[in-house]
Amino acid sequence: MTGTIFVALYLAAVIYVGIFAFRGKRGGDSAGAEGFFMASRSLGGFVFLFSLFGTHMTAFAILGSSGHSFKNGIVTYGLMASSSAFVVPLLLLFLGTRLWWVGREFGHMTPVQIFRDRWECGHIGTLIFVVQAVLLMPYIVIGVIGGGTAMRAISGGLVPYWLGGAIVAAVVMSYVFFGGMRGTAFVNAFQTLLFLSFGTIAVAVIANGMGGFSGVVERLLADPATAPLLTRERVSPLYFFSYTFIPLSAIAFPHISIFCLTAKKMAQFKRTVILYPICILAIWLPCVFLGVLANGSSAVPNTARDEVLLLLLGQYAPEWLAGLLGAGIMAAVMASDSQILALSTMFTEDVFAYYGHKERFGERVQVMVGRGFVIALTTVAYIVALKAPGNIFELASQYAFSGFAALSPLVIAALCWRGSTKWGALASTLWVAGAVLAVAIFQATVTAPGVWWQVAGADAITRTGAGTVVFGLLPVVPMTLISALLMVVVSSISPRPSAATVARYFPSAAVQ
Amino acid sequence: MNRWLFAIVILLLYALHQDFWLWRSARPLVFGFLPVGLAYHAGFTLVAAALMTLLVRVAWPSHLEEQD
Repeated sequence: MTGTIFVALYLAAVIYVGIFAFRGKRGGDSAGAEGFFMASRSLGGFVFLFSLFGTHMTAFAILGSSGHSFKNGIVTYGLMASSSAFVVPLLLLFLGTRLWWVGREFGHMTPVQIFRDRWECGHIGTLIFVVQAVLLMPYIVIGVIGGGTAMRAISGGLVPYWLGGAIVAAVVMSYVFFGGMRGTAFVNAFQTLLFLSFGTIAVAVIANGMGGFSGVVERLLADPATAPLLTRERVSPLYFFSYTFIPLSAIAFPHISIFCLTAKKMAQFKRTVILYPICILAIWLPCVFLGVLANGSSAVPNTARDEVLLLLLGQYAPEWLAGLLGAGIMAAVMASDSQILALSTMFTEDVFAYYGHKERFGERVQVMVGRGFVIALTTVAYIVALKAPGNIFELASQYAFSGFAALSPLVIAALCWRGSTKWGALASTLWVAGAVLAVAIFQATVTAPGVWWQVAGADAITRTGAGTVVFGLLPVVPMTLISALLMVVVSSISPRPSAATVARYFPSAAVQ
Repeated sequence: MNRWLFAIVILLLYALHQDFWLWRSARPLVFGFLPVGLAYHAGFTLVAAALMTLLVRVAWPSHLEEQD
């Protein structure tokens, strides 16, 4: 009951911050589409850092990571956390700043607007929009699934999954609807501060409750069934290597690339690039470690998945503190806001405005359409979340992350390679769409585990319990490499955009 | 010249992420409880932060700011 009260207070605070706290600032209705969708490109200071970080972290950062490490051990940290801590800041430094410059220079609000202008294309941009939207949906659904799961666990079953998901969806929808980018950014910053604090407090409380970590670790090492969890022997080095491709998705995710356009100054990226790895460490290390240690706790059954941390808190933290920390977990779980806003921005800019409706109906109607889209999208995500049985981590990594990682060559080519063309972009996009579809169909129809195809005695395509591997690698590796190859080869043999367009994007000072 | 140096440092750090040499070891336990494989990657994350600090200082794309 205490947990439910704390979460209710937290949700009330989120609504206040998202809708009312910064209403008078720039970015309200009077600022038009730029105000609603881009916060008038005025985000700065720690708000930019914490909201960008909070936007990237989803339910898996706390619930999925601890659930994954509970089953797979310490490898979870290297798979997702340290690779992201290395790759994502590099992407922000070398590509995020360029995105910001292009947005500021040419007034673009979405990646597709950049692609259309940079490669002088129309319908290819629409196709890219469709692929991005389809890939982003699972990511949004994750937020609702995580919300329902967390609410049910925190309330001790008082709030059922369907109701928890509905409450989370309604709260997110409210502040995105009313607050736009500014409200979403401030909520994200507030949530990030909460869940960053969560890790440290949770470790201290659970360590105290367990009587110190050393004893638990020694017990796990003494048991042959759990000792491998303290090493990485449950995954292969090739599988581990594959995961370093996943963070490439960060710069191709529309909500991240759109967020890069909202910075007040390019200098805002400096603090973000430097502190990003530290933020990753602060949230992932405690969650992964506690997930592993849960194997030594009687409070966590073997069948547990993403509710591992909640079970530990329920066992070792006083009720009021468990409730407070539960609110911290909710903060991480409710990360679908920026994806919903991004899709709304994309729809209104890349479809509604592009096909002439903005000129016909005006900017006020455009913002209204964007808000209507927020309601429709959240409702669909909720319905899907009720039907989707999947584990948060697997659902995210197999479709959204892999697909967007394989789309990253588009962003890199558009911003960094003069020779790239719309035909190269089309080839990459079609490949990514086809590959994601093929993997989804394969996993839905082929029973695990089993080798599906062998080449010269080697296992080429294998269906595993966790998904699919291609020559021991996750599908994201061939998907990304072939996407990049298609971009290079097809661009090399197809006509380039006009010299004037290329010159705008690569003025002499910008070309190194 | 600097650009190549940065590329080499970045690739070197990427290679250090693939620490197959600690694959099957849990010991030594750092601070008495942290498995060495996890401690290594926590340290790797701190090194990544240090590299980012360096890159922001020496490889910042200031030409984009100047054009703004």
